[in-house]
Amino acid sequence: MSGQATAIEREERRLARWLVAPALVFILLGSLVPIAATAWEALHGHDLRLPWLGRPFVGLANFVEAIGDPRFTSALLHTVGFAAITVPLELGLGLALALIMHTARRGRALIRLAALLPWAIPTVVAALVWRFMFDAQAGIITAPLRTLALVGESFDWFVHPLAAWVPIGAADIWKTTPFVAILLLAGLQTIDPALHEAAQMDGAGAVRRFGTITLPLLRPALVVAAAFRMLDALRLFDVAYVMTGGGPGTATEPLSLYAFIALMQRLRFGYGSALSVTVFLLTFAFALIWVRTLGRSLVGDRT
Amino acid sequence: MRSVGSKVTGVAGAALLTLLLFPIYWMIASSLTPESRLFQSPPLLPSTLSLDHYRALFDERDFLIPIRNSLVVAATTTMVALPVAALCAYALARLRFRGRGVLLALILAVSMFPQISIVPPLYLILRELRLLDTYPGLVLPYVTFSAPLAVWLLTAFFRQLSPELEEAAMLDGASRLRALWDVVLPLAVPGVATAAILTFLYCWNEFLFALSFTLGPERYTVPVAVTLFRGRYQVPWGQVLAATVVATVPVALLVLTCQRRIVAGLTAGASKG
Amino acid sequence: MAKTYPNGHRAIRHVDLAIDEGEFVVLVGPSGCGKSTLLRLIAGLETPTSGRIVIGDADATGLPPQARDLAMVFQSYALYPHMSVRDNLAYGLKVRRLDQAVVAQRVADVAAALDISALLQRRPAQLSGGQRQRVALGRAMVRQPKAFLLDEPLSNLDPALRAQARAELRRLHRRLGVTVVYVTHDQEEAMTLGGRIAVMRDGAIEQVAPPLDVYARPANVFVAGFIGAPAMNFVPATLAGIDAPAGAVAGIRPQDVVLGASGQLQAVVDLVEPRGHDHLLHLRLDASGVPPLLAVVAGGAPPALGAGVLLTLPRERLHLFDGRTGTRLS
Repeated sequence: MSGQATAIEREERRLARWLVAPALVFILLGSLVPIAATAWEALHGHDLRLPWLGRPFVGLANFVEAIGDPRFTSALLHTVGFAAITVPLELGLGLALALIMHTARRGRALIRLAALLPWAIPTVVAALVWRFMFDAQAGIITAPLRTLALVGESFDWFVHPLAAWVPIGAADIWKTTPFVAILLLAGLQTIDPALHEAAQMDGAGAVRRFGTITLPLLRPALVVAAAFRMLDALRLFDVAYVMTGGGPGTATEPLSLYAFIALMQRLRFGYGSALSVTVFLLTFAFALIWVRTLGRSLVGDRT
Repeated sequence: MRSVGSKVTGVAGAALLTLLLFPIYWMIASSLTPESRLFQSPPLLPSTLSLDHYRALFDERDFLIPIRNSLVVAATTTMVALPVAALCAYALARLRFRGRGVLLALILAVSMFPQISIVPPLYLILRELRLLDTYPGLVLPYVTFSAPLAVWLLTAFFRQLSPELEEAAMLDGASRLRALWDVVLPLAVPGVATAAILTFLYCWNEFLFALSFTLGPERYTVPVAVTLFRGRYQVPWGQVLAATVVATVPVALLVLTCQRRIVAGLTAGASKG
Repeated sequence: MAKTYPNGHRAIRHVDLAIDEGEFVVLVGPSGCGKSTLLRLIAGLETPTSGRIVIGDADATGLPPQARDLAMVFQSYALYPHMSVRDNLAYGLKVRRLDQAVVAQRVADVAAALDISALLQRRPAQLSGGQRQRVALGRAMVRQPKAFLLDEPLSNLDPALRAQARAELRRLHRRLGVTVVYVTHDQEEAMTLGGRIAVMRDGAIEQVAPPLDVYARPANVFVAGFIGAPAMNFVPATLAGIDAPAGAVAGIRPQDVVLGASGQLQAVVDLVEPRGHDHLLHLRLDASGVPPLLAVVAGGAPPALGAGVLLTLPRERLHLFDGRTGTRLS
């Protein structure tokens, strides 16, 4: 009789398939098929400006070319370096902001509002505003530095290969730290205040309580926030495109931007696809390592 | 001790508030400063205000076109993505079926995809279908990238609803779909609204796809239009800043009116739910 | 019938229960005993791993809940928060596409019967706990289903209201004569409500019988200890001074312990809990290895703490159980 018993369950599965189907179609057509297509395209020589050459299969030639391409290696370095420097800063500042929002008795709503704005405004807008603030002539940040003679008269952030990273980092940190803070604040709010009171009764000071109660219990939120930020930083595009265009030269060009230029400006689709695939592999590898080492408990019990 | 501590947080809070809001203030103040004064040593309080940049923005550049484009694309995407996501999320939250865990992981993974990695084939496909520089050409990738977020968020939301309500409806004689329609969806309105807000913001802010799949000012969205103001050698900063203010207005309105909901959505989407 | 969850947890091991039409059956047991799962299996909200569910003369095992024509009152009441009381009551009828006039009539009748006519325009959030409970009951009644399934419907009420609601349920059942399956963890509720009670433990039914039969002749040590308050005392049968197989256990209810000079067991008063019209004594027996004995004695001046008392365990009041299996002897 158990065959009959599962009739309801079969019905439920059938319904589930129908409900899930539209979303699955979009995901398949919109991302899984395209990602496979990108990988396939990356194995071909394909230049939209030289259509008479056709689209010959070239194996891994595009990837081999990338390895020998100094612009690729430096773009890779830029991407990883940018993520490695900004993400810890964002986490640290985000934690500070979250703690302030958590403990503030007055003005909490105001700070939350102020934090949501940078998160919500278009990245392009943030980049333009910071670009303006760092402007060599009129920038509100540059002008005082020049008055104090901390920088030379002709100093321009955007012509210096290293200094050009400062505005990019500043804009990115300003825009994304609030997001980190909101995630961490939610984590803080799940910590039972009685735990702090108990620790206080046990004689633990504020610093000790932070180290032994807040941080360990905030760990899941920190792991999630770090993962979100890392994956986002590894695909850095908007800020760099808008603020520096990758310049001076290619000194601030991240991988996504180089791939975009190869694709949309040089129209080298085979090579550009290979570069795109490396961006994908980079984030994929990070996600894999992150979940394996830290996130097991976070993903495991969702199912 | 306590008062010292709260003073420290107070000062730090004020400092952070300034840091967070100053760029927005500066953007607004500068957009109201006449071009001639924009490049002198800037005073913190603008002395003369003018709406010249805004006038130029709408009269000379016809900035209404990108606004219209952005609104159409964002609204269409939201209307397509939400029903799709809501159905999927309900199944994930309530129904038992094989592959549920895999699907959930897949959805999370897709929302993390770097956009650039699907630009090449999408460009070729859209070109083949003559959908480059059209609204559908943007809506398709937008739905793909915003639906996972909405699914994730709504799944967490549906799980918070008591299953007993649907069970009561089913014992009352409703089929599961009927229970979904009569009982679950009306109660999920706050969650759906949150998902709609986040989807709208995603579309309003998206840059890379819009830059890749539009070809001219007639179809540029707001972020693309603002970015491409810049001439080769000179940036019309006054107009650029006025445009950024205009691009920020809808976002700021949403944040002002729905901040609780947005925060709830962000944390539901990120936490284990 | 059995139910095993995918995670291997066996919620229902083996249950065979027949319920007559018009009966009031109470499923009672400690939390996690499977009583709610059993109710959900009857409702069709869970599917059995093996076995069958027959409602009336028809096999309902493969039927979804909406096709079983049963009504359920949930512990949380599960009132639709976005609908008025009237719409809550009418929902099941509208789904079944009954004529509008019939719907209105039935809703009005049930509302009158439950004294909630004045609340019909309100939302569930605007109701008190007791009112919600009535609306939930009304939503079940209005459907005139084959049977009512009630899952701890009184557990969210405060104690005074609970007693009142219990009496009302009893009267309602007598008047309507419908079949009711009622789940509770409260043995007192089970005793007062049930026409028959089914005591459950670990996914199996330990005993099914009318309440007083269960009380008078518990089938095993578990039932004996679970039904009746304060809980039955258990002592080695030899201590009670009767002939019994080796290792047998004797049980006696605290109300049946007799204190007095003619007693043959010596004990010391360990604790006195005054309860108003009587006292509950904790007595430490001289014999070692025996847990304190509870005894209920009439009100008045209780014995002093530490005082020695003599007590009798009347033979005709003893329940004898097998020491190893726990089942009732004789």
